[in-house]
Order: sequence, then structure tokens, then C-alpha cells
Amino acid sequence: MKDMDAEGYTTEDGRKIGGVLMEMRNITLRFGGVVAIEDISFDIREGEIRAIIGPNGAGKSSMLNVISGFYNPQEGEVWYKGAKRPQMKPYQVAQQGIARTFQNIALFEGMSVLDNVMTGRIRQMSAGLFAQALWKGRAEAEETANRAVVEKVIDFLEIQHIRKTPVGRLPYGLKKRVELARALAAEPSILLLDEPMAGMNVEEKEDMSRFILDVNDEFGTTIALIEHDMGVVMDLSDRVVVMDYGKKIGDGSPDEVRKNQAVIDAYLGVAHD
Amino acid sequence: MEDAGIREERNLAQPSPAADGARSIPALLQRNASRFAGRHAYREKEYGIWQTWTWAEAAGEIEALALGLINLGVNEGDFIAIIGRNRPHFYWSMVAAQSVGAIPVPLYQDAAAEEMAYVMDHCGARFAIVEDQEQVDKLIEVQDRLHQLEHIIYVDPRGLRKYDHHKLHRFIDIQEQGRAAHYEFIEDLKARRDKLDYDSICVMLYTSGTTGKPKGVVLSNRNIIEASKSSAGFDNLTRDEEVLAYLPMAWVGDFIFSIGQAYWCGFCVNCPESADTMQTDLREIGPTYYFAPPRVFEGQLTNVMIRMEDASRFKKRMFDHFMAVARRVGPDILDGKQVGGMDRVRYALGNLFVFGPLKDTLGLGRVRVGYTAGEAIGPEIFDFYRSLGINLKQLYGQTEASVFITLQPDGEVRSDTVGVPAPGVEVRIGENGEVYYRGAGTFEYYYKNEESTKKTKDADGWVATGDAGFFEEGSGHLRIIDRAKDVGKMSDGKLFAPKYVENKLKFFPNILEAVVFGNGRKQCTAFVNIDLTAVGNWAERNNIGYASYQELAGHPQVLEMIRGHVEDVNRSLASDPMLSHCQVHRFIVLHKELDADDGEMTRTRKVRRGVISEKFEDLLVALYDGSEEVFTTTEVTYEDGRKGSISATLKIVKVEVAVEQAAKVAAE
Repeated sequence: MKDMDAEGYTTEDGRKIGGVLMEMRNITLRFGGVVAIEDISFDIREGEIRAIIGPNGAGKSSMLNVISGFYNPQEGEVWYKGAKRPQMKPYQVAQQGIARTFQNIALFEGMSVLDNVMTGRIRQMSAGLFAQALWKGRAEAEETANRAVVEKVIDFLEIQHIRKTPVGRLPYGLKKRVELARALAAEPSILLLDEPMAGMNVEEKEDMSRFILDVNDEFGTTIALIEHDMGVVMDLSDRVVVMDYGKKIGDGSPDEVRKNQAVIDAYLGVAHD
Repeated sequence: MEDAGIREERNLAQPSPAADGARSIPALLQRNASRFAGRHAYREKEYGIWQTWTWAEAAGEIEALALGLINLGVNEGDFIAIIGRNRPHFYWSMVAAQSVGAIPVPLYQDAAAEEMAYVMDHCGARFAIVEDQEQVDKLIEVQDRLHQLEHIIYVDPRGLRKYDHHKLHRFIDIQEQGRAAHYEFIEDLKARRDKLDYDSICVMLYTSGTTGKPKGVVLSNRNIIEASKSSAGFDNLTRDEEVLAYLPMAWVGDFIFSIGQAYWCGFCVNCPESADTMQTDLREIGPTYYFAPPRVFEGQLTNVMIRMEDASRFKKRMFDHFMAVARRVGPDILDGKQVGGMDRVRYALGNLFVFGPLKDTLGLGRVRVGYTAGEAIGPEIFDFYRSLGINLKQLYGQTEASVFITLQPDGEVRSDTVGVPAPGVEVRIGENGEVYYRGAGTFEYYYKNEESTKKTKDADGWVATGDAGFFEEGSGHLRIIDRAKDVGKMSDGKLFAPKYVENKLKFFPNILEAVVFGNGRKQCTAFVNIDLTAVGNWAERNNIGYASYQELAGHPQVLEMIRGHVEDVNRSLASDPMLSHCQVHRFIVLHKELDADDGEMTRTRKVRRGVISEKFEDLLVALYDGSEEVFTTTEVTYEDGRKGSISATLKIVKVEVAVEQAAKVAAE
């Protein structure tokens, strides 16, 4: 394991990683008789890119859904910013500054890219229905301020040329980027990415990797991502949790994980007992 | 209207000679900053909004940068490479460099690291002002060959945080340092600025060159300002023009339009948000003065036609009906000629329903003066825009002339000539048919290349263009036939003019590029590149599936279609006794697009014949040895500089040659 203490550690490329931002303690999640996650613990530190990997059906997405509050685990605790998190609805989790993207894109197809990304700012809008409808006073000021944030994100992800295009008309790779934009517009403390590279070609994967690294570098956003493409994850992340059949079989830097026998077995398909 | 710029300049010069500062671009900036202080000088769309700088604000930005450059150690006579897309920052960089006595050298931002290394090593640039991580990476890649490069300044910090910042600086930091050191360096800056005169170097531009290594063309303040002054007068350009700056900054045209003429007249330069949003931004700005190479106009027309194919039947019929009216009377109305009353009414209706909205969509609704140059433009394309009422004209020019050699005056516009000599430029035709010129815009010399300078520019200042042409009797307009060195002879001694034939081929929307061979041979043959947009759309409408450019290019129906086009060209050539023997007998549709990254074209997209015939030698052999297909492997360069290769089996298509009297005799 990396040399780590409460203050965090320094990565190989010189980035300073802070203290623990989120901690999963002995999480177990069951669906009836099926155990999706079994007694898993790990932490996510401030400013790091943390990956959760594993073969299909390992429980990665379930884990992400626990973090985002979509599932409530039967056992275990989620600690966030130094406090134990009570049972929460997903929107409450979002209000705490956790934003996410989905494995199979969940955008408003009929709305423009700009409007889709604006929905990421809903948390920051408080003007009443009436004011919004008349677009006067606070509503106007609010929208201007939110639009400024959204435009920064659009510029950052280089999607200016499709600003006014309905999302339904976009190719898959761009939709993924729009979804990332919406999550970023929320200015989250933790960004959860569910298979950001799924279904992409090599070039699109490279683009997406660059955006993920740039987001982390530019805004200092903590990122937790799920991937099953090993190569991409190993290049991107600072620390990796490996899951297989609902259990944690490895945790550490990409190099450590790559040498871990259990991980090699899981990926090469050794018979289980 | 008389040119306000010129008149005011005279008035200004009268009271005191010292006030006449217009001997350099920085002096023009000073003039504009006081005279047009509150008027807009630059706009750039960023974060979805057009951000604006007035002349006074622009002068402030440029001064801060200039002070920062002195602070960084820029000396007079240093070369500063400028690499980025059209953004105000880079225009400021050029003028700031001039202000401190340095020489700006704009480079093509899409050039590979290798090409940049050559140019930057050749001029020994000590500094580079670049856009972003991509450009910084390229310079770092070749840094061991750039011993003179000391500092890199970047505009966009993204992704650069972790880089070693010993030699790397952020643009706004340099400006900040400049502002902080204002009192320390302002006197130095003023002294340097005052030293600039008509003979000092304004800019150095590297010509892409269809053969050999790029040459650094040195242009003085005299060249740039005189060329801008006379051309602005020719078209009555005023401070109220709006231009969109989207053409490569390394190209002389952009320098003249976005700096020379903009500073002389005091008009506003608008920079698009990104290369992809150019069309939207064009429409939002609605330029009054617009320049584009033929390929842009071709692309726009192709798009219009594709969209009309998909339009409802009613719309399509309306479009066809009014376009027929426009073709008949539009150009005459534009030229102010006599047109019948009924036709005027029809045209006005067309304008209301079709031309007006179409021009608006294209972003050309307000264009008062439009130019195309660089290549021949297809007559149909040219006429299409003119019939819509857009005053599109042609000019002929080159870097060595500070653009302008000939221009078409309003009312004397034709698709097959390039106009009359520009004001202050003399043009003559040499004995071999080559066009020569001299004038105030004529370049000083090629940097560190005396031999080429001597070969191109003689003691009396006449410059050889390398193009063959002649003045048309009656109209006095210049007509360009071909590159003088491309004009050759067939084996039977007849004139071989490849570009003439290639242009005829390229006028078909489906053909993007063509290269015709035949010098010293019995017959002409050709390589053809299909236009993926046009052919792709055609394929979609005809239910032809394809997975790649290569597959589409090799599709039998596509080959058949291209064969039809080539036969059309042959028929048209057959009617010209001078060129009927240049008909294309066999052709190959290439499996890859000719690309500047592979060295097959210049950055301004002119074909490099030598490179192409060497690289595709096997195909060329197959064109002449009678074989029906050929297997080939070609090396390609990806955008990031990596190399790969593609292979394909290409069919060689035989074309019917139209019979003409002269050809028949020759065949027997």
C-alpha cells in the first residue's frame, strides 16, 4: 500500500491527495437471497481518482448505487466528510455534492445540450415557480449566474458546436460527454462515473480519459469511476478497488493491483471453489 | 463613399509630421486607440457570448503584453513564433512583438511537430506564443532541435499545470508582469516603438511551397500598409466593416485582412468560438467583408444542395423555380445592368422567399465585398453565389506580393479571369508566358535564402509568380492558365495543362481532389479523391452501405458515377482545340484522402505533384501498363504524428474519350 496517513499522500506525478472524503465500512447489500456486495470497506480521498473494477456481475454498479443513495445496504455504514450518513434518498445525496453519470445514458433526448446541462444546476436554483415563469428579479439573476457556470463546462468539454442541438440527434460518444457535462455543472465534491468508456472506440476513449484527468486536475474534483476496461483504469486512477462476486479481492495502486494474484485469477478466469 | 481612413490620415499628417505615425502597425494601433477609442476592435465568442474589446482596450492588452515580453528578455530583432487558431490573443501577440522590435512568425497550428521544428530552427525563434497543451507538447517533442528556443507562452492553461514551468509561462501572467513593471519598461517600449518605420520588418510568413522546404517571406511595414491602403481604397472599405477571422493565421491573407486592413481602416475583427462553430458564428456576425478559398464556397454549396434534396417537394420546387430566375437575371442585377421590369419583380419575390433566407442561413446576408482566391473556382459555384446577389469577386495574389496582384472591380466580375492589376501594382507577361509583377507590396527578401530571392525577384523589383497567364484582349483582365512549372508537353509535343483539367474535374461536388498525369506521355490519366460528404449522402439516398472511406471509394457504383463525370469533362475538353488531347483515358479513385499530414498537399491544400507521383508510383505504373487492378500499401500519418499503413486493391477505370477532329487526326 501507499504511504498514507490522515493528511493523505502524494501521487507519482506530484499531485497532493487529501484526507478521507468518503468511507465505506463493511457494506453488505442483498437482493433477497442474492448477495450483491459482501462486507466491503474502502475509502475515497479528497482529490483522487478512485476506480472500482471487476468482471461482469462483480457488484460494481451496485456499489456505485450505494454511494449515490439509490440502494440502502442492509449492513454497514457510509461515512461522508467525517460523519456517518443516515439513510438518504438519491436527491438528498445529490444535495450533498455527489453527482453521477449512468452506464446507459440518461439524458432528456428532446432537449438541447444546453438545457440538459442546465438541469445539472437545479440544485442551485431557488426562485419560485412564479418568478421563474415571469423570468424577473431573482430568477433572472439566478439563471445568468448558472448559465455562466454551464458555459464554462461546455467550453471545458469542447461541446460548443452542439450547444443548441437536441441530444437525441447526437452520436453516442458525444452523449456520454454531455452527460459528464451535466454532472460537472453541479460542481460536485465527488463525481461518480459509471463505465464512462463503455461502447467507445479507441479515439473516444482517449478523449474521455483526457477529460477525466483534466476535470480532476483543473477543478480538483474527486472522481470515483467504474470500468471493466483494465487498461484505461490502470492509466487513469490513483488507487483501485477490485471486486469479484461481490467481494473485495484487491485494493491499492494500479501497480499493486496488477501484481495481485487474486486479481489476475479473477480476470484470467481461474476456477472458483 | 470616399475612404475615410485615407482622408483622415492626410489631415492628421498636415499639422505636424510627428503626428503622422502610420509607418508601422503599432503606430496604427496608437492612432486607432485615440481616434476610434470606443469602437469595437476585437470580438471573440467565448462561453456562448461575444466578448468585446474596444480599440483602447486592445491597445491596453497589447501594451501589457509588450511590457511583459521586454520583462521576459525579448530583444529587438528576435523572432517570436505564434501558433494558434484565430483568437484576439494571437493578433495582440503579433502587434506586441512588433512593438518591442521583434518579428512575429505565425505558423500553421495544424502543422506536425517536424514541420514546426524546421521553421522555428530556420528563423531561430527565441520565443513562442502558443495556444494550448497540444502545441506545447509538439514543441517539447522537438525541443532538442530548437536550441534557440528559450521561453514558451501559452494561452489556455488546461492540462499544463503539472508541466515544468521554468520555461513555460501563462499569457495572462506575462501581461500581469508587464503591468507590474510598467514604469520600469515603458520608456524602453516607447523608444523601441518609435524606432519602427516603413522599412522595418512587419512580419515573416513561411510559404507552404508545392516543392521543397518552406521559405520565410519577409514583409516590411511598407509592404503591409501600402497593400492594405490601396486595396481598402479599391473596395471602399471603411471602419464599419465586420470580418470573421477564421483562415489560418500563418497565411498572408489573414494577416492582410485581420491586421493590415483592419488596422488601416479601423474595423472590427471577429473570432469564432472554435473551428466547429464557424458556420454558426458566421451567421451571428453577418460579415460585410468576407474572404474564403473556393473550397469553402464549394462546401457550402454542396451542403445547400444536399439539404434541398431532403427538403419537402413544395420547398424544392420553389427553390428550383426561383434559382432559375436568379441564374438568368441575378448577376446582371448585381452588376447594375438593364433588366426587364417583370424579371425584377420575379427576382424580388425570389429574394423574399428564397435568396434572402438562404443568404441569411449561409451567414452571407450582409456581404458587401466577398473575395475568393488561391485556386480556380468552378463557374457554376461562382455564378450560384452571384445570382443570389452576393458580390463575390476573384483576386489573384501570393504571399510575396502581400496578397494583391490583380483584383476584379465591381461590375466586371467573371469566373474565368482574375481581374485587373491592383492599384500600385504593375503586371507584365514574360516571354515564356509567366506572370511578373512589382509594386509597393512586393516582399523584401526570403530569410536566409539569397539564392531563392535572386531567382524570384530581379534587380528592378520584378517578381516571377510561377504562374502562366495572359491578358485578355478587350477587357484587359488577367487569365491564369496553370502553374508555369506544371505546364508541360505530351510526348507528341502538345501542351499539357494538368491544373486546367483538374479544376474541371473538381467542379463536380462528388470529386474533392484530382491529380492529372501526362507530362511526356502519350495519354493523360488521373487520380481522383471522392468528397465524402457528397458521395456519402448520395450513397445513403441510394441505399448503398459502406463502413469506411476506403470502401465507399472503391464501390463499383461510385466508380461508375465518377466515370460519368470524367466523360463529361472529356466532352468539354474535346471542344477546345488547344486542350482536346488532355482528355483523361484511365483513372484510379484513391483509397485515402490526399492530406497535408502525409506531405501530399500543402497546408493551403495545393497538391504536391512530385510527392504524389513518387509515393503512388505503383499506381501510376498501373495506370499506364494496361492492368485492370492494382494492390497497394500506403503509409499514413495520424494526427498525433504516429504512422500506420493501409492497403487496398484498386480498380483502374477506363474512360471513353470524346472524339474531336484534331484528336482523330493525331490518332491515325
